[in-house]
Amino acid sequence: MKRTVPLCIAALVGFVLILSEFIPFAQSWGRTAMIWFDILAAFAFVLGGANLLKIHLLKISSQRVGWGYSVITVAAFTITMVIGLGKFGVTPSESFPQFTWSGDYLQDGSGFWWMYQYVYLPLASTMFALLAFYIASAAFRAFRAKNTEAIILLVTAFIVLLGRTYAGIWLTADPLAWLGQTLYGDPQALAMFRLDVVVEMIMGVFNMAGNRAIMIGIALGIVALSLKVLLGVDRSYLGSEE
Amino acid sequence: MGDFFTNLDRRWIFLGMGIVVALPMLLGLSFPEEPSDMVRDVFAAVDTLPEGSNILMAYDYDPATKGELEPMAAAFTRHCAKKKHKLYFITLWPAAVPMLRQNIDILESEFGDDYTYGENYVNLGFRPGNEGVIKVVVTDLKELYGNDVNGQDLQKIPMTRNLKNIQQMDLIVNVSAGTPGAKEWVQYAASKYEIKMVAGVTGVGAPALYPYVPAQLTGLLGAIKAAAEYEQTLIDAYPEFAENPATNEALRRMGPQLIAHIYIVALIILGNCIYFTDKRRGAAR
Amino acid sequence: MNRNQNVTLIVVIVAGVFLAIRAATGEFGKVYTRTETVEFTPEVQEQVGDSVKPWTIEKPVDRAEIRDAQGQLRADVHLNIQRTLGLWLAALGTLCILSFLIGDNVFYKLAEAVVVGASAAYAMIVGFWTGIVQNLFGKLMPGVMRETVLPGIPESNTAEYVYIIPLIFSVMMLWRLAPVGGWISRWPLAFFIGATAGIRLVEYLDADFVQQIAATIIPLIVVAADGSIDYAASLKNSLIVVSVLSCLVYFFFSFEHRGVMGVTARVGIWVLMITFGAGFGMTVMGRIALISDRFNFLFYEWLWLPKPG
Repeated sequence: MKRTVPLCIAALVGFVLILSEFIPFAQSWGRTAMIWFDILAAFAFVLGGANLLKIHLLKISSQRVGWGYSVITVAAFTITMVIGLGKFGVTPSESFPQFTWSGDYLQDGSGFWWMYQYVYLPLASTMFALLAFYIASAAFRAFRAKNTEAIILLVTAFIVLLGRTYAGIWLTADPLAWLGQTLYGDPQALAMFRLDVVVEMIMGVFNMAGNRAIMIGIALGIVALSLKVLLGVDRSYLGSEE
Repeated sequence: MGDFFTNLDRRWIFLGMGIVVALPMLLGLSFPEEPSDMVRDVFAAVDTLPEGSNILMAYDYDPATKGELEPMAAAFTRHCAKKKHKLYFITLWPAAVPMLRQNIDILESEFGDDYTYGENYVNLGFRPGNEGVIKVVVTDLKELYGNDVNGQDLQKIPMTRNLKNIQQMDLIVNVSAGTPGAKEWVQYAASKYEIKMVAGVTGVGAPALYPYVPAQLTGLLGAIKAAAEYEQTLIDAYPEFAENPATNEALRRMGPQLIAHIYIVALIILGNCIYFTDKRRGAAR
Repeated sequence: MNRNQNVTLIVVIVAGVFLAIRAATGEFGKVYTRTETVEFTPEVQEQVGDSVKPWTIEKPVDRAEIRDAQGQLRADVHLNIQRTLGLWLAALGTLCILSFLIGDNVFYKLAEAVVVGASAAYAMIVGFWTGIVQNLFGKLMPGVMRETVLPGIPESNTAEYVYIIPLIFSVMMLWRLAPVGGWISRWPLAFFIGATAGIRLVEYLDADFVQQIAATIIPLIVVAADGSIDYAASLKNSLIVVSVLSCLVYFFFSFEHRGVMGVTARVGIWVLMITFGAGFGMTVMGRIALISDRFNFLFYEWLWLPKPG
């Protein structure tokens, strides 16, 4: 019951969805399964939020190291949730003004919009912006041309870094035009060696080929893993024996 | 000197990075952009569609990536509006809901005379489920989207009244920061149902999508550089856009980009010089 | 004082002096808005009559349009305290996060705690209003939803009781938080996993395997329309085919990489190194654009520094 039924559910849903790709009368079953999937996904957000609340409340109650910050987290969570659920500052929809709660929960100027615009957006975007600094530090400390492969990687990186800005054109356009004119009488003769053109070639040929091979490998891996899950061979998602 | 660099506090590197990005921005350093073939293909995909074509504007990005993707999304919105296409805004990311709103603000403020909500554009908003949403809307959109973000029944909105699914779209324009995003739209919609699609993605995500071009994905804009090239192509094709400073947001950011790239290259070269010097010194001992 | 504290003190003093100069020489850090009254469409006006009065909304005004040619505040524009406070909160929050570059500190940890809590609640609220209210409650009890939050639901819509099944599954999923009976959440989790496995098996096989192989079956010698050999296209196609095959040979670990296989695998590694180098270059590009955006916010939206050009 605790493990057999979930295995059957996983297999049933999975094979219904596979069947729905090939058999027309099964298409509606597949669509129903996906609609239920989407509803469950919405509850997964609720589960995630509630889980966060649980972890931090436990941390506060047991007064572990850093519990003060957990208070801040819980406070921010609760305030955002109350404002969002209560639709504070949301005016009714202009199409249904007689219904007070008909307005969009993220309406411009509402409380929830304010939390997004002035709390979530700047903090989340700055968090990721820090990566620019760390990439500079990593470039200085970690990228070493220790062997042939590393040299190829670094040379390609240089070409892409310079070629994807005006520096690529500035460094190579005029010199190559002069060389082409001198050697072949045509300034465009060596244009294919301009850094920006070389970058396009690298991206469109070698990068594309490497990523295609990776993609094919991943696809085979996904197919194998999906089959293992649907056939009940891989049961890791069920957790420990209970 | 070598010891100084070997033991360099990384905060000096951070400060350097801050300066090389801030100074060009404050000085307004900018450079001309020459659109690449890929950008031209993406531009042509939107520009050659007959006026009033149905375009699904699938904007899947969040605050963490808005710095890179917002100019791209805005350029797409302006271009499609200029061509008077019918725009259906949708997203698979919860944090992208205000991003759709910002692009609709562009339509209202810059194209308000020619563009009416419900007749020229509609905001379908977000639904949870990642690729599950694509799986449903590609066969029956109204099973998942009964109404738009304003609560209006899709049956009552002129441009969605006869909309059964996104196979009726002439083009999918996807701006994507990760998963779910361009890859999922290609796999579950564009590739399977042969719907034409163009995508704008982050620099991180662009290399992995090249295998889809051109058979499954007509064109790809990768990173802020491609956004700048697209803006330049837009201004070249429609010079009236040059009067609006908001249309060259990506172009303005290429100045700091160039200086920062040179800084990174210099750091890598310097780091390697120190490494090989130390190695030789160690071997000599 | 230790080194960290010295650095922090210098940064705070420099920033403080800069802000003081900025405040003394001009205004900044304000949000101005214009009040507008919503207009109902004729159909809606006819429906509601005088029972509902149109309300007002605040529209932000660009700083270039705040003052007239004489430098006076325009009559219809006013300072919005709510949004101005928000702008300062956003700016200070941005600086708190950036302070992590100096070293881990209490300001960064505070900002981090706030964003963790706010982002989790944000996702929950969005999921609730879009997924649960629209697609679950709207299907199970359309009448109630029509009278409250979803008046756009057609009158003809009746309750679809089959949606009780996803409702039951959803409640079972929330059981994961309970101290006992955690196994109950395995049923909806299995539904999730099975559905994901089912859709991905087919789509990855199609888009990422079959179609990728098809896209690699390309002519090694390209003949142009006039019958001549297009050497550039032929070279490009040959390079693509050789590169893809050599990378695939590298990933084939069932045979030892020796002899011809070894050489091919080595070529594959080189192609992959080019791939990763290109990936690194593009990643750097992406990250710098993010910090560019934050500086744009701090310089032009908060500090109101003059925009060049």
